[in-house]
Amino acid sequence: MSRPAGRLDVVGQPLPRVDAATKVTGVAVYADDIVLPRMLHCRILRSPHPHARILSVDASAARRIPGVSAVLTGQDLPVRFGIMPVSQDERALEFEKVRYVGDPVAAVAAVDEETAAAALDAIRVEYEVLEAVTSIEDGLREPKDEPIHDRAHTRRPFNVHRQLAYDFGDVDAGFARADHIREDVFFYQGSTHLPMEQHSAVATFVDGRLTLWSSTQVVHYVHRALARVLELPLNRIRVIGAAHGGGFGGKTDPFAHEIVVSKLAMVTGRPVKCTLTREEVFYTHRGRHPVLMWIRTGVTRDGRITAMHYRSALDGGAYGSYGPASVFYTGTLQTTTYDIPAYRFESVRVFTNKAPCGPKRGHGTPQGRFGIELHLDKIAEELGLDPVEMKRRNFVRPFTRAVNWLRITSCGLEECADRVLTASDYRRRERRPGRGMGFAISSYMSGAGTAIYWNEMAHSEVQLKVDRTGVTAYCGAMEIGQGSDHVLATVVAEELGIEPREVRLVTADTDTTPVDLGSYSSRVTFMAGNAALQAARRMRDLLVEAVAEKMGVHGDLSEIEVGGGRIGDLTFEEACVLGTTRFGALSTSGSYRPPRIGGPFKGSGVGPSPAYSYSACVIDLDADARTGLIDVRRVWIAHDVGRAINPLLVVGQVEGSVYMALGEALMEEQAYRNGRHRWPTMLEYKSPTFLDMPEIETFIVETVDPEGPYGAKEAGQGPLLPVMPALVAAVHDALGVWVDEVPVTPEKVLRALEARTRGGAPRYGPRAFPAFDFGERIQVEPPDPRDLRVGDELEEAFRGA
Amino acid sequence: MLNELDRPVQREVLSLEVNGEDHHVLVAVHATLLEVLREDLGLTGTKHGCELGECGTCTVLVDGRPELSCLLLPVQLEGRKITTVEGLGSTAELHPLQQAFAELGAAQCGYCTPGMLLAASALLQERPRPGRDEIREALAGNLCRCTGYAKIVEAVELAARRTAR
Repeated sequence: MSRPAGRLDVVGQPLPRVDAATKVTGVAVYADDIVLPRMLHCRILRSPHPHARILSVDASAARRIPGVSAVLTGQDLPVRFGIMPVSQDERALEFEKVRYVGDPVAAVAAVDEETAAAALDAIRVEYEVLEAVTSIEDGLREPKDEPIHDRAHTRRPFNVHRQLAYDFGDVDAGFARADHIREDVFFYQGSTHLPMEQHSAVATFVDGRLTLWSSTQVVHYVHRALARVLELPLNRIRVIGAAHGGGFGGKTDPFAHEIVVSKLAMVTGRPVKCTLTREEVFYTHRGRHPVLMWIRTGVTRDGRITAMHYRSALDGGAYGSYGPASVFYTGTLQTTTYDIPAYRFESVRVFTNKAPCGPKRGHGTPQGRFGIELHLDKIAEELGLDPVEMKRRNFVRPFTRAVNWLRITSCGLEECADRVLTASDYRRRERRPGRGMGFAISSYMSGAGTAIYWNEMAHSEVQLKVDRTGVTAYCGAMEIGQGSDHVLATVVAEELGIEPREVRLVTADTDTTPVDLGSYSSRVTFMAGNAALQAARRMRDLLVEAVAEKMGVHGDLSEIEVGGGRIGDLTFEEACVLGTTRFGALSTSGSYRPPRIGGPFKGSGVGPSPAYSYSACVIDLDADARTGLIDVRRVWIAHDVGRAINPLLVVGQVEGSVYMALGEALMEEQAYRNGRHRWPTMLEYKSPTFLDMPEIETFIVETVDPEGPYGAKEAGQGPLLPVMPALVAAVHDALGVWVDEVPVTPEKVLRALEARTRGGAPRYGPRAFPAFDFGERIQVEPPDPRDLRVGDELEEAFRGA
Repeated sequence: MLNELDRPVQREVLSLEVNGEDHHVLVAVHATLLEVLREDLGLTGTKHGCELGECGTCTVLVDGRPELSCLLLPVQLEGRKITTVEGLGSTAELHPLQQAFAELGAAQCGYCTPGMLLAASALLQERPRPGRDEIREALAGNLCRCTGYAKIVEAVELAARRTAR
């Protein structure tokens, strides 16, 4: 060690982010800001029908318009693609059938956007309209006309996309042991990411090489999709992440417009740009799945869970996208907050003729979290127990293994709960009609334990270069506003004893940076952070060795102190000169791959993470029984981030999560009427403004995870999760009625109150879960809760068994 | 949708004063200020989120007042003073609001930031020490999806404290 153990210089400091100056001056170059010589503009023709066969596409008139350089139709890009190997079901431009309003059919490159738009008007598409499938219930039935996707592709009945059924442990015995059993049904409405920046991409094709700048969260996956559809070798494609105007999961798939501008650049030999309109962004979507849930839980008299049976049905929209993972996420992480000794999990995802759903902040887990938190609240109410106390009795313990094999390491659940309960004075809250508080908890992954496509390579790689002028870090990680660049710079700076601003960064460029899988599943701090840490420690060792030689220090090099811009007697700059003199060009690398964590069963790859973050939330609100209006007064939220690499950024992620959660809880809806989006504009799609936001009090809890970089876990997604159930619990506390679905609109509050007045159940929400045969359940033998083995040790244990 | 090419496009030469500089541009009369700033003058610091006047992202100042550049026609703006984020400050010398936004983490993805800054600068011109509710009211037409607005409010307060002294 070259400094006192535990001393950290820049990690933990609330420094301004390294990209702050370029962002506050408008200098940062976003994809739509890119202008290249002779650049053409692209517009995409999209389906006006939710479900139709394409009989013919006639683009001849469009091609004759002066200023039009090229028109593409589906036959030009016939290869199917999709983010997951098992969901290669999209085409950049469809020529057989369209599956949602907004499905791309043709594209034009022209001298300007107006000419391109005029050319779209001149394209004649003949459709044979088919009956649209628009609900979960319809998706589970025989369709009137035909399934949305070819059954030969899905190999499942009707419009079922994926289904799963598991028994973890002896569920029937668990229910037999219960003193009390309760069932509930919940619905979670879909919502969209609504990034302020519309998706945009610019492509060039020069000397047989394609370059694409895009507002994507995943340059690596876009790279692979381009190679597949364009049938070009990977080494002839370069994907660069432009400055990014917000993703939240909405820019995590490869998209039609990225493929189309690339093909148009190849066809025309000129740069081509496509920027989506706001309306197109609503159709591009990949947002929160609408999910119907049914939960049945057995508990002992004192509220200890003995068994849980959880069912979910997802409205997937028109394509697979991340759906094969989403279907797991709605139920898999229930076991990382509560100790569930036996767990039956059944889920189904259906295709519908709506914009495709995918990952939105929290990916699949907010819906399940909403259900389980409220379900436990209701059980507590029925048993006459305090809901907070009953939940605490079931909290998971740190360093244990859940019934579905998920390994829990650091866990700040107790401390998170304490912080928000104390700060809000929850126990002594004012009890009067119209005023209420609610409490909920959650956990989230610090990166998925498996890659999207199966491979044994690292999930994140970092290279460092030291030359005579300083240090540069190269990493494929994509800054999307969350602070990925700042985390990389901070880790390198900490190890080399300099300030983050002194680290030059080259990121998210598939030609010049090593691979990082992208900004999704809250993986960057943990995985790119660990890769950067390894690379930086190796670089530090080289520089220290050179300095030691100069200083005449031999043997124990720990007396060479690194920090404050110095390495031993030398400044960092001098050390760089010395290092390159001693070794020549200096480079080191680091990489990170999560260990195998999942259990010995098919489907165990979704849910494992090297570490889980934990959150707890209390909401205080007024709810008006006459109008149904809800006024959130204050939100207290505590988040176990492991270690805050930069507390300023962590608080920013927590506050942003609470904001996005309140939007979903109170107003946001990606809703449809007859297969058409009800409000594809920012005015009518309601999202919270400055005036809608309450004060948020954030508590950072640091549990210093043994495997995270400096102990860090995640902050970008977990803190969203407890907000929606805490809000509904607070409404119940205020008015005595349950609104068992989001968004909690005034109308739903009033209908719940009316139901009570009429003598019915004091609630508003779905009544039943549709009948569906989930098929034979996979029986999984639960692990010993103390068995924390991972990686090779675990693999060997499975081989032995 | 109307076919724009079915009728002749009328163009005019305009003189626009942007960030204290005079520009002479030949523009279609139906082009918006947003389009002219970004595409003809290369001032890409002004962003767009909807081009329908709904999100506030394209906010600029016209004679010191915040306006949505996606809804303005430059033909109406000759003789008026237009300010974009490029006219507020530079990376070498940040405006106090830019400094405060940077220090407090009020810009995450940074896309709504130019519009926020201009709306906030107009507020501080009119009300050098605004209260929290006044800040929220003044910025309520500008949407941000990253920050939850909290850090933006704090940054405007900080800039106000520093400049109103």
